[in-house]
Amino acid sequence: MLKFLLRRGGTMLLTALCLTFVVFFLTNLPPNLEKLAKSEASVRMSDADVASWIERNGYGRPILVRYGEWLGVVPGWTNTEADGRLRGRCVDRAPVPAEAPAYCGLLQGYWGFSTFFKAPVGDKLGYHLGLTGILMFWVMMLMVPASLLIGVLAGMREGSRTDRVLSTFSITTTATPEYVSGVVFIVFLASPAGFQLFKGSAASAMDGPTFENFFLPVLTIALYGIGYIARMTRASMTEVMTAQYIRTARLKGLSFGAIVLRHALRNALIAPFTVIMLQFPWLLNGVVIVETLFNYKGFGWTLVQAAGNNDIELLLACSVVAVFVVLVTQLISDVGYVFLNPRIRIA
Amino acid sequence: MEPLGWGGILAGIALRFLPVWIGLAATFAISIAFKRRLGLYGKIFDSTVGMIGLGMVLFWVFTALFAGMIATHDPLAVVSGMKNAKLGSPLPEGFAGYPHYLLGGDNLARDVFSRMVMGAREVLKIAPAATLFAFMVGITLGLPAGYFGGTLDMVLSFLANLVLAFPVILLFYLLVTPEIVETGIPVIMAAVLFLLPILFLVLLWNSRYRVAPMQRNVLVAVTLVVGFWLYAGLAFDADPLGLISMPANLLIVFVSVVFVNAPTVFRIVRGLTLDIKTRDYVAAAQTRGEGPWYIMLWEILPNARGPLIVDFCLRIGYTTILLGTLGFFGLGVSPESPDWGSTINEGRRLLSVFPHPALVPALALMSLVLGLNLLADGLREESLRD
Amino acid sequence: MTDPAPHPAAEPGTAAAPILEIENLSISFFTRLREIPAVMDFSCTVMPGEAMGLVGESGCGKSTVALAVMRDLGKNGRIVGGRIRFKGRDLTTLGDTELRDIRGKEIAMIYQEPMASLNPAMKVGRQLMEVPMIHEGIGAAEARARALEVVSDVRLPDPARILNAYPHQLSGGQQQRIVIAMALMSKPALLILDEPTTALDVTVEAAVVDLVKDLGRKYGTSMLFISHNLGLVLEVCDRICVMYSGEAVETGAVSDVFDRMRHPYTQALFRSIPLPGADKTTRPLVAIPGNFPLPHERPQGCNFGPRCDHFVAGRCDAADVPMFEVPGQDRHATRCLRFAEIDWSAPAKAARAGEKVPVGDVVLRMDDLRKYYEVSGGLFGGGARKVVKANETLSFEAREGETLAIVGESGCGKSTFAKVLMGLETATSGRILLYNQEIQDTPIEKRSPETVGSVQMVFQNPFDTLNPSMTVGRQIIRALEVFGEGRTDAEREARMLELLDLVKLPREFATRMPRQLSGGQKQRVGIARAFAGGAKIVVADEPVSALDVSVQAAVTDLLMEIQRKNRTTLLFISHDLSIVRYLSDRVMVMYLGHVVEIGSTDQVFSPPYHPYTEALLSAVPIADTHVRKKRIVLEGEIPSAMNPPPGCPFQTRCRWKHEVAGGLCEREVPPMRTLAPGHQIKCHLPAAVLAGMEPVITIAAE
Repeated sequence: MLKFLLRRGGTMLLTALCLTFVVFFLTNLPPNLEKLAKSEASVRMSDADVASWIERNGYGRPILVRYGEWLGVVPGWTNTEADGRLRGRCVDRAPVPAEAPAYCGLLQGYWGFSTFFKAPVGDKLGYHLGLTGILMFWVMMLMVPASLLIGVLAGMREGSRTDRVLSTFSITTTATPEYVSGVVFIVFLASPAGFQLFKGSAASAMDGPTFENFFLPVLTIALYGIGYIARMTRASMTEVMTAQYIRTARLKGLSFGAIVLRHALRNALIAPFTVIMLQFPWLLNGVVIVETLFNYKGFGWTLVQAAGNNDIELLLACSVVAVFVVLVTQLISDVGYVFLNPRIRIA
Repeated sequence: MEPLGWGGILAGIALRFLPVWIGLAATFAISIAFKRRLGLYGKIFDSTVGMIGLGMVLFWVFTALFAGMIATHDPLAVVSGMKNAKLGSPLPEGFAGYPHYLLGGDNLARDVFSRMVMGAREVLKIAPAATLFAFMVGITLGLPAGYFGGTLDMVLSFLANLVLAFPVILLFYLLVTPEIVETGIPVIMAAVLFLLPILFLVLLWNSRYRVAPMQRNVLVAVTLVVGFWLYAGLAFDADPLGLISMPANLLIVFVSVVFVNAPTVFRIVRGLTLDIKTRDYVAAAQTRGEGPWYIMLWEILPNARGPLIVDFCLRIGYTTILLGTLGFFGLGVSPESPDWGSTINEGRRLLSVFPHPALVPALALMSLVLGLNLLADGLREESLRD
Repeated sequence: MTDPAPHPAAEPGTAAAPILEIENLSISFFTRLREIPAVMDFSCTVMPGEAMGLVGESGCGKSTVALAVMRDLGKNGRIVGGRIRFKGRDLTTLGDTELRDIRGKEIAMIYQEPMASLNPAMKVGRQLMEVPMIHEGIGAAEARARALEVVSDVRLPDPARILNAYPHQLSGGQQQRIVIAMALMSKPALLILDEPTTALDVTVEAAVVDLVKDLGRKYGTSMLFISHNLGLVLEVCDRICVMYSGEAVETGAVSDVFDRMRHPYTQALFRSIPLPGADKTTRPLVAIPGNFPLPHERPQGCNFGPRCDHFVAGRCDAADVPMFEVPGQDRHATRCLRFAEIDWSAPAKAARAGEKVPVGDVVLRMDDLRKYYEVSGGLFGGGARKVVKANETLSFEAREGETLAIVGESGCGKSTFAKVLMGLETATSGRILLYNQEIQDTPIEKRSPETVGSVQMVFQNPFDTLNPSMTVGRQIIRALEVFGEGRTDAEREARMLELLDLVKLPREFATRMPRQLSGGQKQRVGIARAFAGGAKIVVADEPVSALDVSVQAAVTDLLMEIQRKNRTTLLFISHDLSIVRYLSDRVMVMYLGHVVEIGSTDQVFSPPYHPYTEALLSAVPIADTHVRKKRIVLEGEIPSAMNPPPGCPFQTRCRWKHEVAGGLCEREVPPMRTLAPGHQIKCHLPAAVLAGMEPVITIAAE
């Protein structure tokens, strides 16, 4: 088991490095840097000015070296300006330039400086991540029980009326992306055209989430997941219900309820558990869409702003978070699978 | 002119869709008459769910085909005074052509109905083709990974997981930007990804006809010529005949969608291959000395087709959603484009006041994806039946 | 059989009320298109303590009867007529609650796949304890004590540890014992066993059957034993009911039905299975002509009519045939109109004896062949690498026109050997000589088409042997193409049709898809494909074990016939010693990668034996009341090839081990010893002990 975790950890680390490097590479392409130079210095710079700006601000070093700087394994760049002022990646933020540390990157806890927020990335990201955390918490609270319940009820008796109704519902919700359901909800539940039960904007929820201002965004994200997980649960449940050991249980004289609760449920939940965990990357999509749609300034909103405003360091930080979330959920899913399924709990 | 009431609007829409109704009726009549001879396709007509799904999908396919006949106005034409017009509003006096905006006007005074109809064409132009490419790529890589296993499998699976670990939205934000198009990365990606389908076909013919070199040479030659002609046109926009071209912003959308979908297909194909390669008929092929590619493409792949067809339907739906997402964030498509995603994005600003410009494409997109999902469900059920 | 004594309670007239009484039961399955009758007018009675055998080929409805007794026919199945009375109560009218009280407590069921019957996510102990806890309302502690007791009753070692194990941690044989234990937890009055040993190896099967017999006696349980294997039924049951196409065709005491059968189907069945004394040249098997009718294509009148030698048009196909009592015997009945007219002792007509094929030169020689695999231990890729010795010092030769049988249970290395011979794997060391050409290091890609074509294989599972998405003709043509047969497409097409003729399939089959064929027909296509390149050596890996008895004979015959015609060398891999004895010239017995005995068929089947061969012979059920078998039950499981025991591979289960002095068996792998010309065994036993061995099977005088 330990060996498995180590191997898994190694793969995760390698994946994280590869992914962050790809993001680093894509965000630091020459056109992006040029755009950065123009937005930071002056829009009407000549090509030569741009080149020298890039050079002076440490963006001219080879990409791998700069990736190392960003990670914190290569010393940050330093430069002496024409006026004799010492500048550098780590120097600029140190109170006394001469005492600046050689390394300042992710490993040292420095996430970079956001050109959009005009503030260190680390400070801002924490706040916005927290907002998304609240959103995700409620999404999970709604999504997981609802989807498992629907899936189990539908899969318990395949082909019954309950099954048909619930399956139709799940298919419909999986066919409805967040930007469609969000729009539909706002039109029918939060505008004068329909019933004005909720607020069409969750901006006020950032200070104090209430049922009125927070339910629609939560529902919009959860709905897509509910359909998807419920279908997986149903498929898994119907498969388990036709297994031989369920017949064994039935022929032991167990009642239907006891069969479902004692014999079917645990086996049927193995697959959906993996699905729920792997649902996170997709939820992130939903988060971005819903936060944009409902004007809720969480992580997704930050990501959109960073990408839209060519805020390289902020975008990089967002990707690190996203990749981290994805990898951790994958790990939990793997470990949980082993834990739930005694058949593979060996070694 | 009077504005139309609800009855008038519905009647007007139903009438505009006449070519679609005729097409649907003809397809269903012919298919049901010959369903026993049509294999898996015919079996859809044994399942209510499958038929409903197919009907919804075909509705949009025919709409895309006959969009020119159905649309009442030019989707880009602006008519003054029709800004955010209500459903069924008449056009101002003196305008030739169709006298009403059936589903109202948007905030630029364009016809919502016509934009929705033309949008179907935009969506159905890209989604199935991108999905098909993703399948070709996924199959060409998934088969050897599953069949040979070992280091090849390890490397390919690692790469697939790498792409899958990328949040889709982030990937789109990174890839589908004008800056990236400038660097030429999309063309490189297209050059690599589009090479795989040609490779796939060449391997397919070569393994099958290696015992008949004449036939093989002809087929391989035809594949290479046609393949590289399309390849030049699609990937490099350099078709010597000038027939095929792909604008750079569309190419990047296309490539990104293929790139996002291919790893999932890879995983499915790899899993199916692992299962099917233990069958005796594969062993029989091995003991008669067949090459690995023959076994993969002619012994394993045809027997994996059931789950793959089902996934194909689901994946077109998923791709449609992705394209909508791109449109929603205004990525990759031209702002004028009537595609559903960007129309929803445009309409959402005035959502609480004028819901119809966003609601109409939203419902259209939902019904297409729902149709694809139902179709996949019907197919799955029917293919499991025997 | 050494134990012919009937169970005490089964003597007629002693017990008054029957435990189970099925009267004119009819069961149908309903699909969207039609009603499919699965069982028609089925009657049988099981007395207390009696074991009733239900025999028939797949699809005859025997399992449906069992499920009907449990009232578990699923959504589509329905009892459309008749009654099932259990201890006087009619089960067909019981409500859900009453049914639940009977299931598991009064009637328990055991079925084919032990692994599938146990909940993978629940410990064995809990699954056992559940039964008395729901039915008798006893506490967990008491239930656990009961479970411990029953688990020791099914002769499992270390019951306490077993109760704490998950099903996957047990071997197949252990799992089946747990399933049996679970059935016995509430001491039911009736036990239904549906092919309980089909998934197990022969020696394990013998032990389980032995256990079932003993427990039946100990607990006084009545049994309904469902099987396709007549030999097993003879060993376990007192009475038998033969089913054909949804009907009982003959029922009676086992001895009556086996020795004085009164239905043509029963007789045909017995004539199509290899019994001691049958021989491929002098007394060949007689296959039943035709095919099993599909449920919706049953003929008018007698269902067996179209395949029956005694069929009389106008009588047999006039109306449904009822059951007739056979006078003068104990509850013996038959569904044959003409049972009184037929001369039942007349010998089989079709005994078309072929001449013996003279054996030619050596075509294949294996010299000290070894194949080792390296596998990584554990599922997570960690752990030390282990070497699996799949084949150890394999040496033998095979001649032209000869049938060499390779016998062994799972894990004995027979499939690895086949892979190495075919070139799918290369040998670790040693030599394979094919026509004096070394091929052990030549993988199949490097072999010439002629070499590949001359060594071909027939596979075990007919449902898996053909590519489901390619027509039959196309698959044969592909083989012809690959082997370079025929110059044009037309020539190959013609050759393909000839091959279909060779395997006695109609030429129309060329355009059919495999799913339109029955199991036996698919196996024929597989044979045709194997002979496409003019194969000189054919490896047949259990080619008939997955087929129904009546089809087995036909397919075996076909193989023999082609062999005779082409002078093919047949390497026949099987675990079924009856069929091996019937068709092979020489036999090679393998255990855990070692050849433990090799010799001519007569030499191997008569003493002196290798101890493993002896046990194997004793384990094979034989459907002949005249055969007396010595009962040798092997204890324990077959060791894993990953972790073989030190010394002699068989020493962990050998009953002769104490005859060898000084624990030699546990230390050293025995050398190959030649006992007689051509007869070799790998055993430490002294010559005197070997010479003193008694035959396992003897045929009693009439």
